[in-house]
Amino acid sequence: MALLKSLAAREDDLSSPANQLKFLSNGIFKKGELPLFKDKIAENNHFPLKPKKLEILQLNLGYMCNQVCSHCHVDAGPDRKEIMTMETMEQCLEVIRNTGAHTLDLTGGAPEMNPNFRWFVEEASKAGIKDFIVRSNLTIILANKKYHDLPEFFKKHKVHVASSLPFYKRDKTDKQRGNGVFDKSIKALQMLNAVGYAQEGTGLKLDLVYNPSGAFLPTDQQALEQDFKVALKEDFNIDFNRLFAITNLPISRFLEYLIASENYEDYMYALVEAYNPTAVENVMCTNTISISWDGWLYDCDFNQMLDLKVASKVQHISNYNEDLLNDREIIISQHCYGCTAGAGSSCQGTVA
Amino acid sequence: MSKTYYDPADLRKFGNITEWNEELGTKFFDYYGKVFEEGALSAREKSLIALAVSHVVQCPYCIDAYTKDGLQRGIDKSEMMEAVHVGAAIKSGATLVHGVQMMNKYEKLSM
Repeated sequence: MALLKSLAAREDDLSSPANQLKFLSNGIFKKGELPLFKDKIAENNHFPLKPKKLEILQLNLGYMCNQVCSHCHVDAGPDRKEIMTMETMEQCLEVIRNTGAHTLDLTGGAPEMNPNFRWFVEEASKAGIKDFIVRSNLTIILANKKYHDLPEFFKKHKVHVASSLPFYKRDKTDKQRGNGVFDKSIKALQMLNAVGYAQEGTGLKLDLVYNPSGAFLPTDQQALEQDFKVALKEDFNIDFNRLFAITNLPISRFLEYLIASENYEDYMYALVEAYNPTAVENVMCTNTISISWDGWLYDCDFNQMLDLKVASKVQHISNYNEDLLNDREIIISQHCYGCTAGAGSSCQGTVA
Repeated sequence: MSKTYYDPADLRKFGNITEWNEELGTKFFDYYGKVFEEGALSAREKSLIALAVSHVVQCPYCIDAYTKDGLQRGIDKSEMMEAVHVGAAIKSGATLVHGVQMMNKYEKLSM
């Protein structure tokens, strides 16, 4: 069920990262029913987890969003006021111009709601980054007149659009993301197709992001992609390039849902049972740096939400140093099982 | 000891069956895994068959497992319910078709 307010606005105990981490280390993990993540990866000599070559810079432009999705690990929503300032953006641009990463990935909340979003995209697109991704929730394009031209804007700057669409049918999408979200998402996808996204010869990439609408893991990414392609084409004449299947991590609002629905233990068992050592080798924190709206550096977007800053002398964009950062140990906890289950999970989909 | 015959948490322990007979347990799980692989039937189709059979054999563990498996595969509730009806129809049909035996016997014994 979609929600009305963020955990933060409800002043819920789980809005505190410390409380979430405590919860994730107690119960079945404290009792020893399930192994701690660090012990599990030690079985295959992956502890401590170290970064490989930096490939992706992921920037969170703010937690404000036009939706309040029930699974959101960011706890985003209209009531969140954390927004990246122009000053931090300038610091990010300096990093983007000098990074060895080949991918820039903008996320949020709804990154388009940052008042300096367009200026930032224009500037960042000049930096010559090979793959420039904006994560769009789609409905933002129809949320207000001022966003209607976003497809044209994305096209102009050759932005690679990655859009969330939990399912190709209305009921599951609306249950997770709110009533009316499915129809708006479909309309937005058609608008993106109309300007050339996912159309042959344009080079404009449109990927979809699927995440399960409940306490279960995603199935085979390729099979899902095929189902989405057939259904969206037949029902709505929509084209897209790839589908990324992402596992919901047990943090923030998804953790709240797991606890309230009494699915938490079963879900953790399912994650641990599906643990795949091969996925650990390619888990996204080994090739990504996540930068928060206020310039702090994290191993991934999930660690950002748990306020687990990188274990490095360099912790802020203001003194960013890629060589020093690459020498760090990655911070882990039990939520990391979400990225190592089955075929693995990352912002770019499966990893194993 | 549990006061009920079924505990949902026992499903997680299914793999422990091998502890008391490793050879047979392992053979079973190898066979089971192989059966559900993509073949002439897709894994999706097999999941729906398993769901229907789970209801017919009235195995609560299996119903939990294949409802979840169906969700993971993107099988929607209308498909799941149709599968259950297929199982129910066969089960009730199997009862009813024995009515022919009853009719045969009745006729045979009657003058």
